[in-house]
Amino acid sequence: MLLKTKGKTSNITEPIVARVTRNRNSSSENQVLICEDYFVENNDFAAILTNLNANPIVFSQHFVHSIQSLSHLNEGDIIVINSDGVINTLYRANSHQNFLLATERCNSNCLMCSQPPRDREDIYYLHNLHRKLIPLIPKDCVELGITGGEPTLLGNLFYELLAMIQSELPDTDIHCLTNGRSFAWPNLANKLGAMKYDKLMLGIPLYSDFYQTHDYIVQAKDAFNQTIQGLYNLARNNLRIEIRIVLHQQSIPRLKKLAQYIYKNLPFVEHITFMGLEHQGYTPFNIDKLWIDPVDYMDDLTDAVTFLSDKDMNVSIYNSQLCLLPRELWQYSRKSISDWKNVYLDECQSCGAIAQCGGLFASGQKKHSAHIKGIQL
Amino acid sequence: MNAVVDRNPGKKGRKFNDFLTYEDKTFNQYYLLPFRFIALNPRREILVNEIGDFLIVDKGTAEKIILKQLDSLADYELYNDLIANFFISKDKIPVLIDVLATRYRTKKSFLDHFTALHIFVITLRCEHTCHYCQVSRVSEDKNSFDMSKRHIDKGIELMMQSPNPHVTMEFQGGEALLAFDHIKYGVEKAKLAALTHNKEITFVICTNLAPITTEMLLYCKENSILISTSLDGPEFIHNKNRHKKGNDSHQLALKGIKLTREILGNDRVSALLTTSALSLDFPNEIVDEYFKLNFGSMFLRPISPFGFATRNEKKNKYNTDRFIEFYKKGLNRIINYNLNGSSFREDYATILLKKILTPFPVGYVDLQSPAGMINNVIVFNYDGKIYASDEARMLAEMSDFTFQLGHLDTSTYNEIFYSDLAVDITEAGINESLPGCSDCAFQTYCGADPVLCHSTQGNMYGHRPTNVFCQKNMAIIKHLFELMDSDPKILKLFNNWVRGN
Repeated sequence: MLLKTKGKTSNITEPIVARVTRNRNSSSENQVLICEDYFVENNDFAAILTNLNANPIVFSQHFVHSIQSLSHLNEGDIIVINSDGVINTLYRANSHQNFLLATERCNSNCLMCSQPPRDREDIYYLHNLHRKLIPLIPKDCVELGITGGEPTLLGNLFYELLAMIQSELPDTDIHCLTNGRSFAWPNLANKLGAMKYDKLMLGIPLYSDFYQTHDYIVQAKDAFNQTIQGLYNLARNNLRIEIRIVLHQQSIPRLKKLAQYIYKNLPFVEHITFMGLEHQGYTPFNIDKLWIDPVDYMDDLTDAVTFLSDKDMNVSIYNSQLCLLPRELWQYSRKSISDWKNVYLDECQSCGAIAQCGGLFASGQKKHSAHIKGIQL
Repeated sequence: MNAVVDRNPGKKGRKFNDFLTYEDKTFNQYYLLPFRFIALNPRREILVNEIGDFLIVDKGTAEKIILKQLDSLADYELYNDLIANFFISKDKIPVLIDVLATRYRTKKSFLDHFTALHIFVITLRCEHTCHYCQVSRVSEDKNSFDMSKRHIDKGIELMMQSPNPHVTMEFQGGEALLAFDHIKYGVEKAKLAALTHNKEITFVICTNLAPITTEMLLYCKENSILISTSLDGPEFIHNKNRHKKGNDSHQLALKGIKLTREILGNDRVSALLTTSALSLDFPNEIVDEYFKLNFGSMFLRPISPFGFATRNEKKNKYNTDRFIEFYKKGLNRIINYNLNGSSFREDYATILLKKILTPFPVGYVDLQSPAGMINNVIVFNYDGKIYASDEARMLAEMSDFTFQLGHLDTSTYNEIFYSDLAVDITEAGINESLPGCSDCAFQTYCGADPVLCHSTQGNMYGHRPTNVFCQKNMAIIKHLFELMDSDPKILKLFNNWVRGN
């Protein structure tokens, strides 16, 4: 799935955020017109996009020409056109898996981070995009993610962003991925609690019940204690919490104990997800420290999942393939991989359970369990 | 426009530190958090911390921990377990001490709302003459053994003053149904009062079911009243234990259970077992009877050492060891039913396991510290006298009025619930400070019973090594741990018994 394309700009000095349309008659300042194989001047649109080479044309119109690909853009998608000609898709009208990238900065540096943090001052740039984007998102948008980096590093802008979403998209479920460490400071959790935002769910990773293992996995000293304190401060404010556990060589040995820890110390969490490793970002670099064939951790996973489920806690398994899971775990498996990076292998084509199976990350084609095979139902 | 500035081009982020970088403070240095311990058997011992989390470990571990001989590398797994479960800490005051505090408050939150259970001894009349019964009388003189309406009114008035938003009004006897008019009177009055006081009430009738009629049950259905009955096992035990003219107690109980289930639903009737000397020889038969009758659970309950029970020594004064043996056999039978695929719980184990395996409080009166009497239960006797617990009333039937807290004719709420006597009883009912309990590994799972101590040992504080309450609970709790430690299937089963909150 293509989310980025590039062309040559004319008259564009500031990023333009707008919906795309192919309908010449629906002009508005919030829309850009896609002209495939033709070019028009129409100043009522925010910009014109074309694949033609319009280099010699001199207009006052904002436009981008010589764009390599426009076919991935659907009616209603929201894009940003940067002054350098890069066009990023910010919101896809036909998907339930849209997210806002809050920042690429992070205060952790997890061994298996799929989107490694970058130390760039992107906060103000991205925040400005979001201020333009959020009012354009359809009010019936079902779910919207907020991801990073670490969104809470936005400081006050984090709360501003949430407040904007809360007022513009009051019916949308918001799923915000954060490491939760910032909420160890009660004032930050209290501030979130004061928003009374019951559509907001915070997805917070916890990789071990033992502080040193968690700190090592996320490569940050005191991260475990901060996260647990953060979880308590959030719970005190009645915020909705999901615990996310990535399954790999470092987290597996204490997995059952982690499940017990969660039940005893964090019984207030709404959802617990166990997630397969994504072969992306840092993971290939640290593969020796991380890799364990999923079939080799199924006993641990079964123990942890059934323990929590037996306690009536809400449990899911993400990023796992049905042919690796014991049948008793199938009921917990969800199709969770974002559509734009979800693939199936050749072996999967003959599988009778492919329709229910979550499949693999695209990156999983490079590294996956040696035991993936079609199932006869 | 704010541009994105790359502050750190290149791949500096790929520098990762090794595991030991994240060890806190000085290598192998740690502090002890409060925990207690006891040997389970010659090989294993158990460590229990202040909030009831436990670790079963090899014998000698506690000593090693306390002497600071643990090695974070050589004892890697154990060392990590001890830190993760709040037994030791790398800091003098653990960073997560608020988690411990919250857990502790949660465990003690049964105290938040004060008295819930209000027992109304609605009549002392009974058509049974059970040999172990502490209180019942057969009497033709209705008026002198039924609770007067004036006293019912006053009892309801006190119940409405409880800070607890959810109270239980339980009608006991004698045989409560012999005074069904009085029950109806109480229910109507209490429902009205609940409206003005904004309280939720659960109604329970304790009955042997012999006098039950369809009309009574329709009334119970209309008013969501629960039925609690007695069943001592199969006919040959039940009828021996529960004397009645005609020798048909068992038959009537079964008939009553069937009718109650038909009208109220299966989950609206529960049965209680009283273990007599005769019962002790038949744990399997008793369990089978409950299983056969489709009860979801049963309570292997020892006889209370009160009232007629202690007087009839020949039949009832058996030692705790025999009861423990009975309990273990019965529990084993119940576990086997489960291992064969049925769902069938033992209630006493379930209460203890809930304290052992969950972070939540348990409101069971007999296993609370501070003790459940007064702050969880109060008894209004048929004659207007007010007692700290059901057992305290039984004691009074033997002319010992030590635990009489007041009288419905004369006492105010504060005089009953906050009297000097109430304070004295409470003080003797806190196992955290009782000799023999204060350093007991099972303290957080157990309770205290000043009435039992007084009646069996002469003072409210008691003497643990010779105390039947202590002996019974030590043995049962130990047994539950040994079962869990010996077989993962049983551990899973026990976890299922306490599922949910």
